[in-house]
Amino acid sequence: MHQTFDAVLEMNLLQANQDGADANRDRFNRWGITCLNLMSSPGSGKTQLLEETLRSLQSELRMAVIEGDMTTQLDANRLRECGVPVIAINTGRACHLDSKMVAGGLHQLEHELEQENGQPSDFDLVFVENVGNLVCPAEFEVGEHAKVALLSITEGEDKPLKYPIMFREADCLLITKMDLAPYLDVSIETIIANVRQLNTHAKIIPVSSKTYEGLDDWYAWVRHQVNLRRRS
Amino acid sequence: MHETDMTKALIFTVRDWLDKQSEKSAAQLQPGPPKVERVHLVVGEFTCVEPASLQFAFTAQTKGTFLEGVELVIQDKPLIAFCHPCQQEYKPQIGSQYACPTCGAPMDDIRSGRELKIERVEFSNAT
Repeated sequence: MHQTFDAVLEMNLLQANQDGADANRDRFNRWGITCLNLMSSPGSGKTQLLEETLRSLQSELRMAVIEGDMTTQLDANRLRECGVPVIAINTGRACHLDSKMVAGGLHQLEHELEQENGQPSDFDLVFVENVGNLVCPAEFEVGEHAKVALLSITEGEDKPLKYPIMFREADCLLITKMDLAPYLDVSIETIIANVRQLNTHAKIIPVSSKTYEGLDDWYAWVRHQVNLRRRS
Repeated sequence: MHETDMTKALIFTVRDWLDKQSEKSAAQLQPGPPKVERVHLVVGEFTCVEPASLQFAFTAQTKGTFLEGVELVIQDKPLIAFCHPCQQEYKPQIGSQYACPTCGAPMDDIRSGRELKIERVEFSNAT
């Protein structure tokens, strides 16, 4: 005899990833670390922004980076030059980091720090540099406390409308490569208006890692994020 | 490409759930693990999942797994937002216009379209 049953799940399709993200966030909280997830399309300047940020904030914050890259160590090597621990995760064919990969990264970070008689709780801030992609990373939480999206001014005004989920989810949006603005027919006001159609809460900061425009505002936002966690 | 990962996530989630069910039925001395017949998903329009790609990925990736041959039923949910100043629902135009067409207020409150949900699983038991 053959009986059929119907089970109501009402379960998030990404529940397994979400559970992993929550577990990662718990670990960050126990260590008193703030985790920021940096996302953007390829070539929008995530790595260069991180280089500047690590150098500028090194005297006041202990930082580490979890670096997602599809196949190479190029970005990770650049960031190691800044003198902070960098855990490289090659995602292979996956176009985003997921919570399991970041859990592996945290495990590796803990192990590396132990060998130098350090521990994660010595740290204030972990940057996760996601794989360059405007679509998928927005759906896969990794355990971050806030999402930072980057959009370079060369990508055009319409990108927030075309890739709405990333720009809606962002807590901070950096409009990068502002030094190129004089050479382009792109209106920064239109970019901001397009983002505001979708996202009323994000802090929007136009920056240039070359001329350092806006970087002080970005650092102030980062410090604020770290202080929120320190107090709680 | 991200549908591949979505499918992987789907398989993990269903397996996790099924393992828990098997533990329960073992505790209650019921017959063997249930066989999944159909998985019903609800996929919102305002997600990064394309239903056709998900169907394709599901068929390809479940080969040789406990979900091989299982039917995937996907229900689409349109993007519907609620404008608080106007006190009414509206349908944003994905790719061009998200703000309220009447008053221009930003899309804030999303009423549907963000779903990525396993709604229910149909399974059978040989008894």
